[in-house]
Amino acid sequence: MTTHELAAHTETSTGIDTRKVGMWAFLSSEALFFGALITNYLLFKGRTLEGVHPRELLNIPFTSISSFVLLMSSLTMVLAHAALTRNDQKATRRWLLATAALGATFIGGQVFEFTTFYREGMTLSTNPASSSFFVLTGFHGAHVTVGVLLLLSLVAVSFRRKGLTFARGMNLELVGLYWHFVDIVWIVIFTVVYLIR
Amino acid sequence: MTSIATSGALRRRIPATGFWSWVTTVDHKRIAKLYGYTGFAFFIIGGLEALLIRLQLARPENAFVTPAEYNSLFTMHGTTMIFLVVMPLAAAFMNYLLPLMLGARDVAFPRLNALGYWFFLGGGIVLYSSYILATAGVPAGGFVPETISRLGSAANGGWFMYPPNSGATFSPGSVIDFWLVGIALAGVGSLVSSVNLLTTIFNLRAKGMSLMRMPVFAWMSMVVNFLLLFSIPIITVAIFMLIFDRQFGTSFFEASGGGDPVLYQHLFWLFGHPEVYILILPAMGIVSEVLPVFSRKPLFGYPAVVFAGIAIGFLGFGVWAHHMFASGIGPITQAAFGLSTMTIAIPTGIKVFNWIGTMWGGKLRFKAPMLFAIGFVAMFTIGGLSGVTHSIVPADWQQTDTYYVVAHFHYVLFGGAMFGIFAGLYYWFPKLTGRMYHERLAKWHFWLMLIGFNLTFGPMHWLGLIGMARRTYTYAPGLGFDFWNMVSTIGSFLIASSVLLFMANWIDSRRRGKPAPMDPWDARTLEWSIPSPPPEYNFGEVPAVEALDDLWHQKYDEDERGRPVRKPDADARLSDLEQRHLHPAHPPHLPAPSAFPPLAGLSALGFAFGLLYHATAFGVVLLVLATVGLVVSFLSWSQEPLEEEAGK
Repeated sequence: MTTHELAAHTETSTGIDTRKVGMWAFLSSEALFFGALITNYLLFKGRTLEGVHPRELLNIPFTSISSFVLLMSSLTMVLAHAALTRNDQKATRRWLLATAALGATFIGGQVFEFTTFYREGMTLSTNPASSSFFVLTGFHGAHVTVGVLLLLSLVAVSFRRKGLTFARGMNLELVGLYWHFVDIVWIVIFTVVYLIR
Repeated sequence: MTSIATSGALRRRIPATGFWSWVTTVDHKRIAKLYGYTGFAFFIIGGLEALLIRLQLARPENAFVTPAEYNSLFTMHGTTMIFLVVMPLAAAFMNYLLPLMLGARDVAFPRLNALGYWFFLGGGIVLYSSYILATAGVPAGGFVPETISRLGSAANGGWFMYPPNSGATFSPGSVIDFWLVGIALAGVGSLVSSVNLLTTIFNLRAKGMSLMRMPVFAWMSMVVNFLLLFSIPIITVAIFMLIFDRQFGTSFFEASGGGDPVLYQHLFWLFGHPEVYILILPAMGIVSEVLPVFSRKPLFGYPAVVFAGIAIGFLGFGVWAHHMFASGIGPITQAAFGLSTMTIAIPTGIKVFNWIGTMWGGKLRFKAPMLFAIGFVAMFTIGGLSGVTHSIVPADWQQTDTYYVVAHFHYVLFGGAMFGIFAGLYYWFPKLTGRMYHERLAKWHFWLMLIGFNLTFGPMHWLGLIGMARRTYTYAPGLGFDFWNMVSTIGSFLIASSVLLFMANWIDSRRRGKPAPMDPWDARTLEWSIPSPPPEYNFGEVPAVEALDDLWHQKYDEDERGRPVRKPDADARLSDLEQRHLHPAHPPHLPAPSAFPPLAGLSALGFAFGLLYHATAFGVVLLVLATVGLVVSFLSWSQEPLEEEAGK
């Protein structure tokens, strides 16, 4: 990014890039969305219920590994950002692909986890605890999926003649903000749902 | 920025007038008009529903509509007026005015702005398509006629849609699903719009326009958009959970399956109470602009009005359970929420006193906007006072689900929000159209509406206190309800006729009104420093602001006793400003029209119907097509050049 381009985007009242302010506003709304879903789970997890309860099935070692995978994707995301700051297109693409791959691995782990639970008799409609577990982690998984799609479209854009820049609309930095947010939400979910039982 | 506009392959020509220019527009002024006219169309529909309700209640044991039709009427009336009338009308004002008041070329994200409108429209279409497509099911053993007419084939669970009544057991038809999906879609539209407008307020202020120099309307818009940002996700979660309960066999809100119906009430009102401030704060902002101009005084206690608005925003998230005092939430909770509800009266009272202080000692001009603004202050105060009575828990138990509550919220939402909106519509009419409205007709509108409004809703206080229940399609004779219900019905037709006067005035003045000067009211804020109607690019040159009410200070000095004295060159300055904005030295670049927001909106509409018919092959095909449509529109959107070629 040239200094000229940088200047064009910082002439705002707050001095912060307009798209970034918008993204932060959107993420603060998302925080309330997940806040409500997490509250639902906390409300239902302690009740006496029929059928299999999530805490009987949760596989902490397995999910710890997939959580580690997701957290590492934040690291690769930062490395992609750093590479683009140096305008190293190849490294940027590499780290973006790594981030998307780690995200997809996490989703794969979730699909495996969900199918295992279904086989062991805990479905979406078993009881409100299982319902709120699936809805909460399912919506998080959907967010990760959207993130993977965003990362892959960045990779696609990077093949254009001019490569990736910070100037375009939904740029790498914004996708990064979204990605880190989704990771942080997972840290909360992992702690609240899996670790504190 | 020029580098962005050179992706030649994607350059396209879109006409500047005609149907497609409106579909693809990203101009905040045009989007505001789309919001405004759509919102007003829904106002007519919601008003007709209200008239049918009043006709049914005019006499005891009336059989004008069936009970099932009545249930749909009050549900759709409330839902329409809240989600499809007051919210979009407020969005219309915020869209039109914020860039003009802050001195900006457009909003921060013009295409997202358009997307917000299309989502809102899609939500309205889903909601109302229910009259054609949906069926109101009859619960097993339910006392309902076998066939329900089309008039009864819309959501019938009240605008709050409480389970278990709205659950699959008691509402087996599809009308509730249409409501849920429609509101969720409109909600996403509001969320998109709030992100956009907040960013606009934070980032697109003119030079020198610090936050404390912003017009109060901009401040109130900021609070409203924060409230939307934080409350919409909560109702979205509640709606998703109810959809899961109805469609996918969960039992979040089914007590028999271990669920908790009161949880829905908490989630709903955690959205629903901020929502009432979302409805009233824009009107408070409008009134705070109108009163100073027509009193020829600055707003009394500007910082107090601003901080009171922010305080209302914060407190608005801490009072939701006062809607649930009758649901058995326990004495501690009731006491806490009773107290927090009382504290709301403090910032609201501050505002009322500041408005009165603004008028005090001013040179009042009783033009239509001023009349509506004063009407707002008076009617809102009555509604606010009856609101405080709800914080007394035992009194609330008595009043819950009676017409007393109906009276209360119509005083704040009609006497408040709608009076404020009418004040704003008359006040900014010259700016919007470049013409003046007919003052005498507007005054008839005001007085007829004020009298009709009080005749309609005043008696409901009394009816509620003597025990007339809400949401019941009729009442027995001889209970003392007969006379006042007839009065109320007559009043509702007075309101309707006053609305007809407004429409006649609007339509005729747009074509034949006297041409309006750029500053017909001798006003104080930046939108009056540009021509009427504003050029497409708003400001020919970026304004620089040196004070609160900057335009006023350009026109007036103060004498030794603090009275305003018009500067000798004020008129010359104004016409100079007008010329400079009409003939800018460097025509500003404008955001290019885009077909992708409406395409994404259409895809979202398809997705909504796909969800509603997900059990059929048609629904699955629709879901797939809509998903493809969404992905394609957003991908193309992200690659589209942002601006038109220089000097297009």
